[in-house]
Amino acid sequence: MNRETIPDIALSGVEKRFETRERTVVALERTDLRIRGGELIALVGPSGCGKTTMLRMIGGLLTPSSGEIRIGERNLWRGAERDSSALRELGVVFQDANLFPWFSIEDNVALPLRLRGMPKAERRAKARELCELVGIGGFEKAWPRHLSGGMRQRAAIARALSYEPHILLMDEPFGALDAITRDQMNLELQRIWLAQRCTIVFVTHSIAEAVFLGDRVILLSPRPGRIDMELEVPFERPRRTALQAVPEFQGLVQRLRDRLEAIIT
Amino acid sequence: MKKRFDITWITTPLIILLFVLGWHVYVVWSGVSKFIIPPPLAVWDALVDLLTTPSTLRHAWITLYETLVGFFFACLIGVGLGTLLGKALWLERALNPFIVATQVVPKVALVPLFILWFGFGTESKIVVATVLAFFPILTNTVLGIKSVDAGHRDVMTVLNAGRWQRFVALELPSSMPAVLAGMEVGVVLAIIGAVVGEYLGGSTGLGHLAVASLNDYKVGMMFAVIILLTVMGFLLYAIVGGLKKLLIPWHESVAGAQPERTPASR
Repeated sequence: MNRETIPDIALSGVEKRFETRERTVVALERTDLRIRGGELIALVGPSGCGKTTMLRMIGGLLTPSSGEIRIGERNLWRGAERDSSALRELGVVFQDANLFPWFSIEDNVALPLRLRGMPKAERRAKARELCELVGIGGFEKAWPRHLSGGMRQRAAIARALSYEPHILLMDEPFGALDAITRDQMNLELQRIWLAQRCTIVFVTHSIAEAVFLGDRVILLSPRPGRIDMELEVPFERPRRTALQAVPEFQGLVQRLRDRLEAIIT
Repeated sequence: MKKRFDITWITTPLIILLFVLGWHVYVVWSGVSKFIIPPPLAVWDALVDLLTTPSTLRHAWITLYETLVGFFFACLIGVGLGTLLGKALWLERALNPFIVATQVVPKVALVPLFILWFGFGTESKIVVATVLAFFPILTNTVLGIKSVDAGHRDVMTVLNAGRWQRFVALELPSSMPAVLAGMEVGVVLAIIGAVVGEYLGGSTGLGHLAVASLNDYKVGMMFAVIILLTVMGFLLYAIVGGLKKLLIPWHESVAGAQPERTPASR
C-alpha cells in the first residue's frame, strides 16, 4: 500500500449528545480534527472524555449528533445512513477480540472476505498469510477459546487487516492484557503498521502507551468530552521498549500527565 | 491420551439393580395385590411377551412417528417464530400474552377437542405433541437471538454485513446452544404429547397399548409398555444431546466436558 493513496480522515464540527429524560449529556463537544493518511495517532484521556465515542463515530458504529466525518472525499454519515464505500476503508479492533467462538481462527480471520464473497480456497490462503503476519501461524485450525488473550487479539487484528482497509481503528485493544503481553503487543503493532502502511487511530487510557506508539498524541478531557491538547512525538521508528527509559520520552509523558491532573482536579 | 473411566458404567446398573431388588422385596413382604404392583419378574415376563409380539413394533413405530413429526413441527414453529420474535421485539411484546396463554391453558383438557377436530388417527396426536413441544423451543430461540453479544454485532456492523449474512454467520450459530437446550426439553414433551393423545383416543400406539393392558387387568403388561416408552424417550433425548456434539462442538457445554488441552499461551 502506498502512503500517498491513503485518505485523510477529517472531522469537522462533530458532536455527540445523548438525550436522557432529565438532561442532555454531551459525550463529545464540537470537534475538528484532521488525521493524515498513514499516521499513527493516539487518543488518550480519562474515562468519559469521549475518546471511544469519537472512535465509534469514525468507525460507523455511532451516529454523530451533528458535524461531518470525511474519509478522503467521501462523507461517512448522511444523517443516520452510512456510506458503505467509505466503510470499506475502515477496519476496527475492539477491546475484546470479539472473535466468533463457532469459527476456527482461520475462519474468523477470513470472515470479512467471506462476507465479500471471496472463494473459500482463496480466503483460506489469505487467512494463513495474515496469521503469519500477526504471529499466530500454526493456530489456524484452533478454536478461539483455546488461545490466550494476546493471541486472540492478534487474530482480531488479522481479521481487521484481511480486506486491506486503509484505516485501522483500535479501541483500547490491549487494555485487557497483562503488562508484559501489552508491551510486546505494542512492538508487534508497530511492526505490522510499518509493514502495512495504513492509518491507525489508537484509543488508550495509558499515556505511556500513547506516547510510545503515536506519531501524534491527542489528549481529551471529560465532561464535556473535547480535545484538550495535541502533541507531536518525534522519536524515530522502529521504537524499542528501551525508549521508555529515555529522558525525552519521560518528559513528554510527564507533560501529558501534568495536564491530565490539571484537567481532573 | 488415555480416556478416563466413566463411573456411570458402574453406578447406573447398580442403582437399577438395587431398585428392582427393593421392588421385589417390597412386593414379597408386603403381600400387595399383583394387580396393584406386579413383581419385577412378572413385568419381565410381560416385557419379553411384549417384545415378541409382532404388533408391538407397529404400535411403537406409530408412537415414534407421532413424536418425531410433532417434534419436527415444534422445531419449525419454535425456531421460525422464535427467530422472528427475537428480532422484532415489539412483535414479541404484542404476541407474548397469547403465547403464554397457549401454555397455561390445560392442554390435556383440550385433547378431546383435538381429537374431535383432527380425528382418531395420528394427526390429532401429532398436534398434541407439537403444541406441547414448541414452547420451550420458542422461548429458548427468542432468548438465544436476544442474547447475541453486542461486541459481535459491532463486528458485523463494521463489516457492513447484510441481514442474511448476519443471521447465518452470527445470530444462528450464536443462539444454537440455547435452541438445542430447548429441543432437549421439547423432544421429551413431544413423547408425552403423543402418548397422552393415544391415552384419550384411538386404537394404536404405545399409549393406547398401556391403557388397553390396564383395562384387561394386565398390569404387568402396562408396566412393560411404560418401560418401552422410557427407553424410547431416552434414545430420543440422547439423539438430541448427540446433535450438540455435531452442531456446537465449539461450545463449553460440549467441549468443556472433555479434558482437552492445546497449547494456549505463547
